[in-house]
Amino acid sequence: MIQQATSVPLLEVRGLSKAFPGVQALDAVDFEAHRGEVVALLGENGAGKSTLMKILSGAYRPDTGRILMDGAPIDPENPHHARELGISIIYQEFNLTRNQAVWTNIFLGREVLPHGPLRAVNFADRRAMRAKASELLKRVGARFSPDAIVRNLSVAEQQMVEIAKALSDDAQVIIMDEPTSALGTEEVAILFGIIRSLKEQNLTVIFISHRLEEVFRIADRIVVLRDGKRIGSLPVREATIDKVVSLMVGRVLDRQAVHRTGAAVSRDPQVICEVRHLTRKGALEDISFQLRRGEILGVAGLIGSGRTELARAIFGADPIDSGEIRIDGRPVALASPSHAVRAGLALIPENRQQQGLVLIHTVRSNIALPNLGVLSRGGVVRERAVHKLVGRYIDKLRIRTPGPLQRVMNLSGGNQQKVVLAKWLATNPKVLIMDEPTRGIDVGAKAEIYAIMNDLVQEGVGIIMISSEMPEVLAMSDRILTMREGRMTGLLERSEATQEKIMALLSYDHTQRFQPKDTE
Amino acid sequence: MTTTAKPAAVKHPTGWFRFLRAQELGIILILAVMCVFLSLSTKTFLTSTNIFNVMRAFSWIAIAAFGEILVIIIAGIDLSVGSTMALAGLAAGFAYRADQPMAVGLLAGILTGAAVGLVNGLIVTKGRLPAFIATLGTLSIGRGLCYGLTNGQPLTEFPDSFRTLGQYDLPVLGLAIPLPAIYMVILALIMGFFLARTVWGYRIYALGGNEQATALSGINIGRLKLLVFTLSGLLAGIAGVVMTARLGVASPTAANGYELDVIAAVFIGGASTSGGEGTIFGALMGAAIMQVLRNGLVLLGFPAYWQSAAIGLVIVVTLMLDQYRKRRGG
Repeated sequence: MIQQATSVPLLEVRGLSKAFPGVQALDAVDFEAHRGEVVALLGENGAGKSTLMKILSGAYRPDTGRILMDGAPIDPENPHHARELGISIIYQEFNLTRNQAVWTNIFLGREVLPHGPLRAVNFADRRAMRAKASELLKRVGARFSPDAIVRNLSVAEQQMVEIAKALSDDAQVIIMDEPTSALGTEEVAILFGIIRSLKEQNLTVIFISHRLEEVFRIADRIVVLRDGKRIGSLPVREATIDKVVSLMVGRVLDRQAVHRTGAAVSRDPQVICEVRHLTRKGALEDISFQLRRGEILGVAGLIGSGRTELARAIFGADPIDSGEIRIDGRPVALASPSHAVRAGLALIPENRQQQGLVLIHTVRSNIALPNLGVLSRGGVVRERAVHKLVGRYIDKLRIRTPGPLQRVMNLSGGNQQKVVLAKWLATNPKVLIMDEPTRGIDVGAKAEIYAIMNDLVQEGVGIIMISSEMPEVLAMSDRILTMREGRMTGLLERSEATQEKIMALLSYDHTQRFQPKDTE
Repeated sequence: MTTTAKPAAVKHPTGWFRFLRAQELGIILILAVMCVFLSLSTKTFLTSTNIFNVMRAFSWIAIAAFGEILVIIIAGIDLSVGSTMALAGLAAGFAYRADQPMAVGLLAGILTGAAVGLVNGLIVTKGRLPAFIATLGTLSIGRGLCYGLTNGQPLTEFPDSFRTLGQYDLPVLGLAIPLPAIYMVILALIMGFFLARTVWGYRIYALGGNEQATALSGINIGRLKLLVFTLSGLLAGIAGVVMTARLGVASPTAANGYELDVIAAVFIGGASTSGGEGTIFGALMGAAIMQVLRNGLVLLGFPAYWQSAAIGLVIVVTLMLDQYRKRRGG
């Protein structure tokens, strides 16, 4: 029940469910938003936030459940239809054509036609559109001209264009998916100004965010989802950060799927990799840590926290501005991945299809690729050595493939990930960086990957594991480094780490913890 | 070892038998059908003289295609090979005009080609231009150099020893095999080995298949691209020298538009426009198909003015069949 409902909610969702193969993304979710209300939708990755937003905006169709607008049932069939119904969504990735003017973007697909004979030939009324655009831009407080080219605008300004675009549809509900993730502090303040003025214009704003202190600054009400269910809905006045965090996590770990064996206790004191004051402007700031032999260092952070940037910087894929990396105590200059590979590093990248594999090539070629040095003599590849190596790793990692000559694109996600692992394990790395090692793969393959990680640490490999899955981080790591906005916010021992502690370190700024006021 | 497959039973796709892929079988089939048809319908096609004439005629296209295919495998394109061939011929011509020994002329031609390729590679890697734009520029620059350096006049002072390299037919078992055809076969073997069996070849395929993943595998992709473009120029240089030796004259207008034949040969031979695929054997077959077709149209008395249209049609149909095969997941 809604606490202080005095009127019919503008938007009302009842018993909405949606399943994808293997996942119940939404399970009988109720949700409501009133006119002039700002609702924050919170939850961990995979909680169902995006699915709910996508159903409201017509990108997905629900399996069951009803959506009501002003008390009347609606059924958004596609994004265009949802817009006509008055629901607009602004995604994290903007939908703007970068090389065109602001006004063209605002009216893209719904060009204004003039009266008179020109209407018949679809002649676009530029003057009317520009005038309307400049009016809409005024409403969102934009100070650039409707003729400005989108690519010359800052991220915050592009967001204004998106909001103006939504307003041009006469949107009553504007959904924003992580609107602040790409913004700086000042830009966030501007955005919040816009949201407040939308609220005054009696519009409803629903937004998804991972930054709790921002939620407390702008939202009227907080709705928490977890595992596809609505766990709570409470006015901001009654909420505290601790309460919200416990609602968000509150899950018991599936200890059978994930567990860490061996070395965690009898830790080797030898430091194999040390990062000192690593800084990359705009992405990473003063990151320092040590990785020991046979240790798994978990790196936890939300999207945009700099966790992937950290992996890429250590591996030499992105240039660093300052700082030092030492391998076995010696400083190394890792100007490119080829240097990093020679120094004994390996990176399992975040996106295996785009960054880890040559999909159109065979299992064999993919595994051979970073190992051609040892597999060749005088520049000529020793086919027999390749054959032996590839066969060994197919067996060792139990890669399910009809044979080494199968194209990687025909394998399942889990087996593709094992091919990526195989190609790097064959290089005998000292330090293995794994960025989201189990993303998008099934439970069975996950368990196998954890088993491989356990074996590796037994052999003395040091693993840096970046993950957004809390149970994985907690179960596999010996120590946990938390990141937020490019900075380290903590380095926890396994024994002291809890979901709540980590979530708190990821989600909000300690310095603001007890002063959720709008002062920047 | 608990593998179920016996090592001996496994074929190596990147080894010598790589050409046995379905795609190459398709091209061999097309070529065979064309040859059988022409042998039956004309009296002159199946004579050793005609066959060797055909081979000689596509030898320099094929040689240039062995370089072009490297660029196409890395998802690029080299439009400058025609100009480079002409420039290489002129470089040799200038060397001989200056009374240099034969070897110097050969080297001058080949290295000129390599230099153009290196420049292409630098524009792509350091200048960060797409290969299409970079080589479109050098195509024009190269042709301009040809005209500018010669004032439009052909060079003709070639020593006999040089002409022999392009015009002599080697008697083998009663057949007279033209030397350019022999060069073509030797270069095909060398380049086939390079692409299928060396570390560079493996990396070139990987680079074309996924540039990002290749870079993250610790491979210096900038250096690899330079190598590929330089080799493309080098082979265009060899092609230009062979062509010039055969013709006995280096004209600034030589090889005009040949880049299109070279590129067509590579695509008919099964290379993919999106990179990562293609073989030397395929490029060789592609060049052969085009020349057999030209030859056949002449022998059949097909109107000369219509030949270009017929060849274009073959290119489009072949590639449409290839797309169809790929959609079927072949």
